[in-house]
Amino acid sequence: MTSPAAFKFQLYVAGDSQNSTQATANLRALCRQYLPGRYEIEIVDVFREPRRALAENIRMTPTLLKVSPRPSRRIIGTLSQTQRVLDTLGLIAEAP
Amino acid sequence: MKADRLRTAAASRKVPTGITGFDEITGGGLPRGRTALVQGGPGSGKTIFGLQFLVNGARHFNESGIFVAFEETSQRIMANAESFHWGLPELLRKQLSFVDAQPQPDLAQSGDFDLWGMLAGLEAQVAARKTRRIVFDALDIVLALLPDLAARRREIYRLHDWLPKRGLTCVVTLKAAVDEPSSITQQPHGFMQFMVDCSVILNHSVVLGVSQRNLRVQKYRGSQFDENESPFVIGRMGFDVAIVRTLGQVDATVTHERVTSGVRRLDTMLGGGYYRAACVLITGFPGTAKTTLSGAFADAACRRGERTLFVSFDSDGTEVIRNLGSVGILLQRHVNSGVLRMVSSRTVRGSAEMCLVSIKEIAQAHGARCLVIDPVSALSQFGNEMTAYGVAERLLDWSKAERITLVCTSLSNEISERAEDDTLLHRSAMADTWIHLNYLVQAGERNRGMSIIKSRGTAHSNQVRELILSNDGVTLADIFTAGGEVLMGTMRWEKESAERVAIEVAAVAGKLKGVTLDAEQAELGVRLKAVQTELLAKQIEKTLLARTTASRKAEVLRGSARMRELRSGDAAAPKRKRRP
Repeated sequence: MTSPAAFKFQLYVAGDSQNSTQATANLRALCRQYLPGRYEIEIVDVFREPRRALAENIRMTPTLLKVSPRPSRRIIGTLSQTQRVLDTLGLIAEAP
Repeated sequence: MKADRLRTAAASRKVPTGITGFDEITGGGLPRGRTALVQGGPGSGKTIFGLQFLVNGARHFNESGIFVAFEETSQRIMANAESFHWGLPELLRKQLSFVDAQPQPDLAQSGDFDLWGMLAGLEAQVAARKTRRIVFDALDIVLALLPDLAARRREIYRLHDWLPKRGLTCVVTLKAAVDEPSSITQQPHGFMQFMVDCSVILNHSVVLGVSQRNLRVQKYRGSQFDENESPFVIGRMGFDVAIVRTLGQVDATVTHERVTSGVRRLDTMLGGGYYRAACVLITGFPGTAKTTLSGAFADAACRRGERTLFVSFDSDGTEVIRNLGSVGILLQRHVNSGVLRMVSSRTVRGSAEMCLVSIKEIAQAHGARCLVIDPVSALSQFGNEMTAYGVAERLLDWSKAERITLVCTSLSNEISERAEDDTLLHRSAMADTWIHLNYLVQAGERNRGMSIIKSRGTAHSNQVRELILSNDGVTLADIFTAGGEVLMGTMRWEKESAERVAIEVAAVAGKLKGVTLDAEQAELGVRLKAVQTELLAKQIEKTLLARTTASRKAEVLRGSARMRELRSGDAAAPKRKRRP
């Protein structure tokens, strides 16, 4: 009885720039570890969808948007500091 | 054709900012397709500079622009800019757009990031609107979020590379404590000023309690520019950078047209009045009727129907009107009819620079052709000593360019005997006509004397005249010199009245002589007539005598003949009597 996508993320990236690639990898790793099977990630390339980035007020890349559950959160950067990312997203680091 | 092309090529290298004075300093504006850096401390006007660059681009050059706001929200910037008369809401519909890029206060950050997100969004916007100008306001805010110097540098380069490819001319503003030059290079984004093609420093300081703003172009690659600090003000229309046009650039057509000074005899002394668009300086000690003389000019101008602005620093406009009314200069009617605008220091205040800008704005709004500033020496007071000279120079420059006839009064320092000591009289070198008023104290009287110290291009009298204020207005009187001394006031009056009496006496004596001569002439005439009559009588008598003699002789002859006839004794005697 698992709700298939309790966590919805949007990750705004700038093509395959270094920061964005790192962020994508970090996010995937983090989700696999802490939210196995309970997440959904949408990667938005600002070069492909600049209008959307503008509308969403994306100024810096990479930017991670937690769409659900509420409250929504946004984090910029490569998401390299795992603990900080977890805190911001409101996830309690469950012991693996 | 070739010249046209060359001109366009030269013009296309620069993007006019439309900011008064700035385009002149930089020889045309900011470098096209490149980045210009505007640095300054808090409240130095960076945001306004950037915004005005876009507004003018949209309004005057039909170039659309984007304002990227890192610090203040776009709503606040727009609200702040409402005080300028830029018609911002109208522009926002078509040519101008804001992009909010303030980092949210609760923004979480983890690791390095870049500005691609913003640039990608902007790219779409630029393409859609065919944007030519872009401003990044307070870029330091976002740079500060970057983890290290290398990252900051990288992002600045990213921006630097991105801009020219889109044909965008960019203004980046940065906070900087420009007072300490060494600190600029030590600041994390300090190297940016080495990278950009044009760097402008805005400075805001307080001198003796008066706010003074300065702008300086620090560098401008591939272009000449004015390297000096130029004062500027933020007026009703935004930036106004003070510059003096070099002589070659003033193409104000020189005129021979004269305008009256309002005092007829003064016009005569000047050979017809002031020149149109000339600068007239009236100097004098307190109470020497400087205001009155300038009031006479204003009155005359208004009566010609020329719109006139009277700036009074010493007293309120209504007071000036009242005071001038006492000498027959009636200005209220001109105020009522809208020809004259009186402005007092309540409206025009602040630093000398601010005053100049206010005066310019009011004069332009009023459409003034004649301008009176009473006294212009007020501009050099209160912490403005340093700038007053430049301000006066620009005042003149502007009035000449606008073909406004300018009459300034200036208070001379009574302590210093020579008028040349006056601080603001540096300007006398610039003024076209210089009238000096002073007192002559003599025989217990203080009288006003007026002389023309110089008047360029006009033959002018070398005479000192006495200035007389009466209910009927301002008149000038000749002064008398007696025994090498100048007579004025009562002594002049005495001399004048003595002359009047002498003339009268001479006139009466002449009349008397005339009458005597008339009498003598009449007498002679009568005598002549009498003699003539006597002569006639004599002639008649003579004729009568001759005739009587002749007739008696005939009678005698006839008588003797008859007698002989009657005697009849003798033979008829021969007709002709022969004497034996």
